[in-house]
Amino acid sequence: MKILILGAGQVGRTAAFHLAREPANEVTVVDTDEELLRDLQDRLDIRAVAGNASYPGVLESAGIADTEVLVALTSSDEVNIVACQIAHALYRTPTKIARIRSSEYTSREQLFSEGALAVDVWINPEQLVTEHIARLLSYPGALQVVEFADGRVTLVGLRARPEGLLVGKELRTLREHLPDTDARVAAIYRDGRLIPLGGDTVIAAEDEIFFVAAADDLRRVMAELRRSDDPVRRLVIAGGGNIGFRLARTLEKSNQVKLIERDPRRARRISEVLESAIVLQGDAADEELLIEENIDSADVFAALTNSEEANVLSAMLAKRLGARRVMALVNRPSYGELMENRSIDIVLSPQTITIGSLLQHVRRGDVVRVHSLRRGAAEAMEAVVHGSRERSRVAGRRVEEIVLPDGASIVAIVRGEQVVMAHHDTLIEGEDHVIVFLADRRHVEAVERLFQAET
Amino acid sequence: MRSTLSVLNFLGTLLALFALVFLVPLAVALLYEERAVIGFAAGGAATAALGLLLRLGTRRYHGELKPRDGYLLVTLIWLSFAALGSVPLLIDLPGLGFTDAYFEAMSGVTTTGATVLSGLDLLPRSVVLWRHVLSWVGGMGVIVLAVAVLPLLGIGGMQIHRAETPGPIKDFKLAPRIAKTARLLWLVYALLTAACFVALWGAGMGPFDALCHALSTLSLGAFSTHDANIAWFDSPLIEFILALFMLVAAMNFTTHFLALRRGDLKLYARDPEARWLLAWILASVVGVSVDVWLSGSYPDFFTTLRRVGFQLVSVATGGGFVAANYARWPAFASMWMLLLSCLCASTGSTGGGIKMFRSLVLIKQSLREMFTLVHPQAVLPLKIAGTVVPNRVVYAVLAFIFLYFAAIMALTFALLLSGMDVVSAFTAVVACINNVGPGLGSVGPDRSYAALTDFQTWMCTLAMFVGRVEIITFFVLFTPTFWRK
Repeated sequence: MKILILGAGQVGRTAAFHLAREPANEVTVVDTDEELLRDLQDRLDIRAVAGNASYPGVLESAGIADTEVLVALTSSDEVNIVACQIAHALYRTPTKIARIRSSEYTSREQLFSEGALAVDVWINPEQLVTEHIARLLSYPGALQVVEFADGRVTLVGLRARPEGLLVGKELRTLREHLPDTDARVAAIYRDGRLIPLGGDTVIAAEDEIFFVAAADDLRRVMAELRRSDDPVRRLVIAGGGNIGFRLARTLEKSNQVKLIERDPRRARRISEVLESAIVLQGDAADEELLIEENIDSADVFAALTNSEEANVLSAMLAKRLGARRVMALVNRPSYGELMENRSIDIVLSPQTITIGSLLQHVRRGDVVRVHSLRRGAAEAMEAVVHGSRERSRVAGRRVEEIVLPDGASIVAIVRGEQVVMAHHDTLIEGEDHVIVFLADRRHVEAVERLFQAET
Repeated sequence: MRSTLSVLNFLGTLLALFALVFLVPLAVALLYEERAVIGFAAGGAATAALGLLLRLGTRRYHGELKPRDGYLLVTLIWLSFAALGSVPLLIDLPGLGFTDAYFEAMSGVTTTGATVLSGLDLLPRSVVLWRHVLSWVGGMGVIVLAVAVLPLLGIGGMQIHRAETPGPIKDFKLAPRIAKTARLLWLVYALLTAACFVALWGAGMGPFDALCHALSTLSLGAFSTHDANIAWFDSPLIEFILALFMLVAAMNFTTHFLALRRGDLKLYARDPEARWLLAWILASVVGVSVDVWLSGSYPDFFTTLRRVGFQLVSVATGGGFVAANYARWPAFASMWMLLLSCLCASTGSTGGGIKMFRSLVLIKQSLREMFTLVHPQAVLPLKIAGTVVPNRVVYAVLAFIFLYFAAIMALTFALLLSGMDVVSAFTAVVACINNVGPGLGSVGPDRSYAALTDFQTWMCTLAMFVGRVEIITFFVLFTPTFWRK
């Protein structure tokens, strides 16, 4: 697939990285910063074009004419919109995705639905990250919470604790423990490595477990794997940037929120908009400030500033000063692996959170939702089954009949409103939404091909 | 000097217009064939002559006024209107000295409603009407003062209500020019007065009484045509109508205008001042009723509620009608009502006192100070109904409130010096500076200001005046910087 990415900022680079490592994709990146492009070209197998991303001439030299997917990710909403508009008007590019941050645009639905703007899909990374954090906070204890089929199915990643009732038991006892709950364990990582699953697999403490369940049953399943964590009430946010501010505004009604922002002007501005959240002007790594604001009684400390080093350090400090759980926003995947489960409870990777919503538009087969897991190493996708037994390699077959690549498994099936947990003898029908867990994302293409109906 | 003459030129125009107002009681005097015709003819003529003289004498200085000319203009308007308004009283009421006549007229144009007259039922109808007309004209002046002049000058933090300030009441300035805004608001004022008149007439008042009471209800002057005041009618319906319209008059007339034009009552809920006014009054009526009921002043709770409900609304809004001798109630009840009169009325209403907007700023600023002690690094903008109040406005409000209480203290001490008792002195000053009318003690609801010595009367006149022009407007004239070129 020919993909054109506009903007080589953090989101643009991550998108390029994820898309370019799938061999079927041809990726071109446009940015004004030539040095940045050269650096990117050294590391990835892509084409790079320097220039203003909304100029037709630049788009043309970047090969817009035969591009299938245009992804406009520059830092300017307006440039992104104009680029999509031009691609539509001059080149009839089939799929146009734009990053649009301002809710001034995104809150007016007619702009997009009635074709006033030639943007097929808009994504707002900051909003996605905010929603992700808010979901994590509503399931304390979870490392990752992602939704499929409009929230009917949820995939949760968490770390098992010795106090969990299921810990030390075989997987097949799940049913006895939770008789009227439908849940299925999708994968277990022990010491960072995937272990093969069977009914006799024994869950051990410190295992990283991914399971799917209907949204209503999540808490009960989680309670079997670790003692139930108290709900989050007191939240301290470090960094009043777009993410910190959005999160504070989302949660200020239901939680007691304190937000620490260093820049006095920004602090003033957000304090004018926030209603009940307390805005503190100061340094999130200032020990005295944290102690003064009772960090030891905070349920969650979330470090969400622009600087990942500052996030890591202030989160570690908050943990030492007594915050119950700390999270830090970290861009570099290597930092994440270094920190998570050591001094920081949850490392949030904006790329991992965002990239899924991009990937779902560049996948072949009818893939409607993609979530990147474990910092991009694993993936979960929701694909729609088309065709009949004769025309498809999935439809009309039982789960055990379907040949899946290593580490991939069908975990749940959504049939209309109904959610079915996948067992070896579950029959898959046409138009089912199938949720697939891929422990190794290198097999993505194989799975994609599986879901393509033969024509 | 040049700008002072421009002010006099403009004042001349206003006086010439004011002269037309004299035609109303003049017509009534002619209708009832009263001797008072002379007083109104003379007063009207004097006003017209003075107005034209000022206008012609300074016609070379006719021109645009600068905002700072507002201080002098506002002061002169109230002082001269009171002086000329007292002329018919002096002529038609033999035995009334200048001090008392001026007090009565000032009480009218400041919409206070304090009176030195008695035997109202026997006075010529035209003279009775004149007090109400003065009060109604004063109300017109107050509305324009509050929505156009004070915001322009930024008196006591009122710049927050200027058109360019985004706020809870966004279209505060209804029309681009002050004159147009004033006309629209006067239209609302006149319509509400007419509605009040019709309601009172329908409730059983005679047409003359209904007219007089309508005029002094919307202006919150609260003169009455009877010595027994509202108690004379002894009608729960009339009390209810009056209380309702006093509440209306204590709300911002801009809100009334917008609500009328859009036919949307939700605007009142969005006006923080109206919301808090109603909340405070409702809570106080309940609380004070219980207090008065426990004291056993009335046989049953319903009577207590009716008496307290009317009386509390009347005093708290800055009206001052009397239907019950609340001086006999427990001290808590009567003092609480006077306290509310300091705080309750909205900006842009005809009520007096600190105004609800400033009360809210004061309360929130106090809470903010305490909060800052617990969270020293917290950034806390002061917000009213979701809108940020800039710090300089907060400072202006604090300065205003300090001057307001300083003025109350100074005038109270002046009255104490003259030999008045503490309760009478303090309540007289509070009732006058808030433009309520009756106080307690020797100026209580069952008495009048007639017993005061000339010095005491002048102090009360001063209190009414400075309260009406929002204190700073007057005091700024005494600062050397104001007169420096």
